Amino acid sequence: MTQQSVRGAAAFVGTGLAGIGQYSGYTHLDLLGLAVRAALNDAGVELREVDGLFTANMVNILPTLAVGEYLGIRPAVAVGTNTGGNSFVDHVLWAALALQAGFCNVALICYGSNQRTGKPSPPDMPPYEALYNPREPLSSYAMAAARHMYQYGTTRRQLASVAVSARQWAQLNPIAVARDPITVEDVLASRMICDPLSLLDCCLVTDGAGAIVMTRPDRANDCQRPPVYLLGCASAQTHRQISQMPDLTVTAAAQSGPRAFSMARLSPTDVDVLQLYDAFTINVLLFLEDLGFCSKGAAGAFVESGAIAPGGALPVNTNGGGLSCVHPGMYGIFTLIEAIEQLRGGAGERQVAAAEVALAHGNGGMLSAQTTAILGTRATL
Amino acid sequence: MSANEPAPGVIFQDYLRAGEFRLQECHGCSRMFYFPRTVCPHCGQGELRWLPVSGHGVVYSTTIVRQRPERGGDYNISLIDLDEGVRMMSRVEGIPPQQVRIGMRVEALISKGEGAPLVLFRPESQTQ
Repeated sequence: MTQQSVRGAAAFVGTGLAGIGQYSGYTHLDLLGLAVRAALNDAGVELREVDGLFTANMVNILPTLAVGEYLGIRPAVAVGTNTGGNSFVDHVLWAALALQAGFCNVALICYGSNQRTGKPSPPDMPPYEALYNPREPLSSYAMAAARHMYQYGTTRRQLASVAVSARQWAQLNPIAVARDPITVEDVLASRMICDPLSLLDCCLVTDGAGAIVMTRPDRANDCQRPPVYLLGCASAQTHRQISQMPDLTVTAAAQSGPRAFSMARLSPTDVDVLQLYDAFTINVLLFLEDLGFCSKGAAGAFVESGAIAPGGALPVNTNGGGLSCVHPGMYGIFTLIEAIEQLRGGAGERQVAAAEVALAHGNGGMLSAQTTAILGTRATL
Repeated sequence: MSANEPAPGVIFQDYLRAGEFRLQECHGCSRMFYFPRTVCPHCGQGELRWLPVSGHGVVYSTTIVRQRPERGGDYNISLIDLDEGVRMMSRVEGIPPQQVRIGMRVEALISKGEGAPLVLFRPESQTQ
């Protein structure tokens, strides 16, 4: 087994979404359960067939135990790696390897959160930063944005263009939480939270859950929906707390991206649609640059031109993203679900024509951990 | 290191209480680091010594945490690059948060409030 052999070794056969918006009284596991049911129905797979469980969340320190118990399954493989919101994109790689090596036959990746209606306790704060009372994760991302503006002349209008593009996509997605039209001026005029990020530079806070079923390609042929294949997937990390990030304008996506492309034997020009973890507007600029879609410092002008909006040259965050569709604490699984939907051709009004290759990129912590997954249709194998 | 030796976080705080800003430097690679720990993050060695730092540095990035006046008002959060090549989070005080700029020279002061002593920064004095 080599890194190159991951290409096409596993397939996505089912996806499920649930609880998007406000679901008062539901626990994070209740919402997760609904998403898992939806994903299994989508795949035409029974819950008792699931023998690989991949999950993380913001509540359970023993996530695979809590989720396995709730679902009533006893998986042969259980992976609960938690690097933040990118975890689920990272889980895809280990699920594919476990499937390929025969450790499991049906892998379930799942997440649920009631971050909007519940009372989540805040995550642990690194003690040497907690001393100064930063408002996290906002302060960290704000300082990344400030540094990008300082080094490259990026403007608040350019950051705002990311939010406007996301909202335009959300208007094409019936399940997106925020669909009212907004302008660059609206973003600039929204309440400042942590300079230079204002309210509309920040993701939504919603409830929500997502689930994905993966199998080996032979089994995928028997499932209900057109299978989507994993072509490459890689993770990289640089730090936990923002003061330990080597360069606030370069994320570990600069490592995860090239490694994932190498596994997929593809390059950025081959990608038809991107789902980039947009907790804040600055994220999209950083990832467009670090993944090789723009040179360093050039993403601001690129997004301001409308390139990532509906009708633009490079469709990004076609569900509306964390900025306008859904963001229940950890968003990574939703990048995958939208990428899969686009490659199945089932994305309705927001469908990108003839999409064959999709990139889903997850971000965790304070720009700390990055995972890039490249997915393709059968035609790309 | 023996079990009786104070923990690195305790030593750091003890120096601050005594009015000294010291950080660890590795014997193996002669590089400094922050935050205090038991292993050098540059080379992995464990033989470390506490050296005084100048306290002078430059603002690498900065933000204003916006907060209603009744909750204490806006305040600054910054990342400071010390001249010794170490980056740390802190606050630049003594000027309004809106006036803190990336690239600004700053110097450390040790704040001894009710809780643990804290390294804060202020704009470098003109006489330096």
